[in-house]
Amino acid sequence: MNEENEKPLRQLIQQGIAPMKDTELQRDLWPQMLKRLQHEQQHEPVRVPWFDWVLAAISGLILVLFPSVIPALLYHL
Amino acid sequence: MDLLERFAAGDLDAFEEVFRKHQKDVYAWTVRIVRDPAIAEDLTVETFWRIYRSRTTFRAGGNFCAWARRIATNAALDHLRASKRRIEVELSDDLAGPAHVDPAVRRETRDRIKKAFDELPAKYRLVATLALVEEEPYETIAEATGISAGLVKMRVFRAVRILRKKLNSLVIQPGAER
Repeated sequence: MNEENEKPLRQLIQQGIAPMKDTELQRDLWPQMLKRLQHEQQHEPVRVPWFDWVLAAISGLILVLFPSVIPALLYHL
Repeated sequence: MDLLERFAAGDLDAFEEVFRKHQKDVYAWTVRIVRDPAIAEDLTVETFWRIYRSRTTFRAGGNFCAWARRIATNAALDHLRASKRRIEVELSDDLAGPAHVDPAVRRETRDRIKKAFDELPAKYRLVATLALVEEEPYETIAEATGISAGLVKMRVFRAVRILRKKLNSLVIQPGAER
């Protein structure tokens, strides 16, 4: 890596592409941020905790293995 | 409980305070990478959304500015990768060269530099913009991109090599060098 050899190219780039002069933020972005937060909250998918899935799976398994409990379960519901 | 702790705990008021305090820094960093104020504003909001989402991973007592800058850099890099539109680099009006050179030739030279820069792969364009155009130190770029300073140097070198191939005729023109 010879940086000296690259100097002309570096100079050419720096002369051709100007550094950003105006990097000052012109307005407050909080209202935009708030909109984004509200949008994301509205479109957030419903999250079911893993233990709820486990509970549902166990219940389903019991019903499959012991179908005789179904009438008793319905009676109690 | 200090501000960042309240923010990490999900307090929206604390997030607003953090946002207002750091939005200018995040924007200033982002606009230097993407070189478009409107896109930089959107990416600033995107950056803070990512910050808000991963607030629980922020270590209390950690450097929030460095953390935010890294997230902003990743957001900008994602934009560069995804964007089909070429970034608009702000071209210098006073492209140095001999006074007698035809303005049309100068314009062509600038266009070639711009085109060559735009064609760089995103990860090279990011470091090349920050190192060659904005003249940020390698260490600062390394911290923001989450890679080592050595790797930043390597990427800049590769970017320069690609640009050199594309701009070879310009570099060897004595007039274009000055």
